[in-house]
Amino acid sequence: MKVAVIVFPGSNCDRDMHHVLKDVFHLESQLVWHTDALPKNIDAIVLPGGFSYGDRLRAGVIAAHSPVIKDVKKMAEKGMPVLGVCNGFQILVESGLLPGALLKNTSLNFMCKWTEIIVKNNKTPFTNKLKLDQRIPIAIANGEGRYYADEKTLALLQKNNQIVFTYGEQVNGASLGIAGISNKAGNVVGMMPHPERSAEQIINPKNAKPASLIFESLLNTLGVTA
Amino acid sequence: MPSFKVNVIIENKPEIVDPEGDTILNDLILKDKKTSVKKVRSAKMLRFVIDAKDKKSAEKAVLGICNEFRIFNPLVSKVSVETLGA
Repeated sequence: MKVAVIVFPGSNCDRDMHHVLKDVFHLESQLVWHTDALPKNIDAIVLPGGFSYGDRLRAGVIAAHSPVIKDVKKMAEKGMPVLGVCNGFQILVESGLLPGALLKNTSLNFMCKWTEIIVKNNKTPFTNKLKLDQRIPIAIANGEGRYYADEKTLALLQKNNQIVFTYGEQVNGASLGIAGISNKAGNVVGMMPHPERSAEQIINPKNAKPASLIFESLLNTLGVTA
Repeated sequence: MPSFKVNVIIENKPEIVDPEGDTILNDLILKDKKTSVKKVRSAKMLRFVIDAKDKKSAEKAVLGICNEFRIFNPLVSKVSVETLGA
């Protein structure tokens, strides 16, 4: 089973994601440059974190016009699991694959800390090994991470069970405390926190198991037996 | 064909919290007792220099580009243009 990790100019979590997929969860992972076509034999796509194009104009908006995004959209429509983390989440929103917007944190600070998120939808390809309301100790690192959507969009997210993760504490002023959402079909998930920085016990000061279940959910979805 | 300088102002909608504008108002202006100032909203301004036959065409072209390339997120922001002249 092969996962494509898309690399944009300014991505900086691509290697971390590649390492976790390959060395920790033993998936075949391939780094794909944003101007290249997606390889034909992939089974999932990850848009990693970072600062594509230096967050110029608005985080994620320029990368959302990259050639590879057309392929990502096609695969997403076919139901392929797609995960966007941090800047990857911002790119998914700016490309229209996920609704809403990611605004500057209320504090206007770049936040880099450990927090906890709570699972609100455990039916997605990235959460099916987690329990509903399970808490995940996880790293956050962003400046434009405040999820915002208008009342109508938030009502639709709730109705369609598209809220995947919420913060366990007040972090950045996000609407409904949202840390991650999915598209209506559930196969495209975006989240601000970093599971790839949290899924190994040696780098997680709390418990790495819940974050590792995000990747084990992907293994489960792809039919890989651990 | 003349060139026009078109300013594009991208401003978050009124219902969106604007911590930068609030900080400028509360921690700078009002601290100096300039109480006649009631509100400050931050915004982003982009200046396009564009060749067009007239001002109307210049603004229409710039607004079209803003929509095509999602220069602003219509869910949270509104955009306005002003032309400084040829």
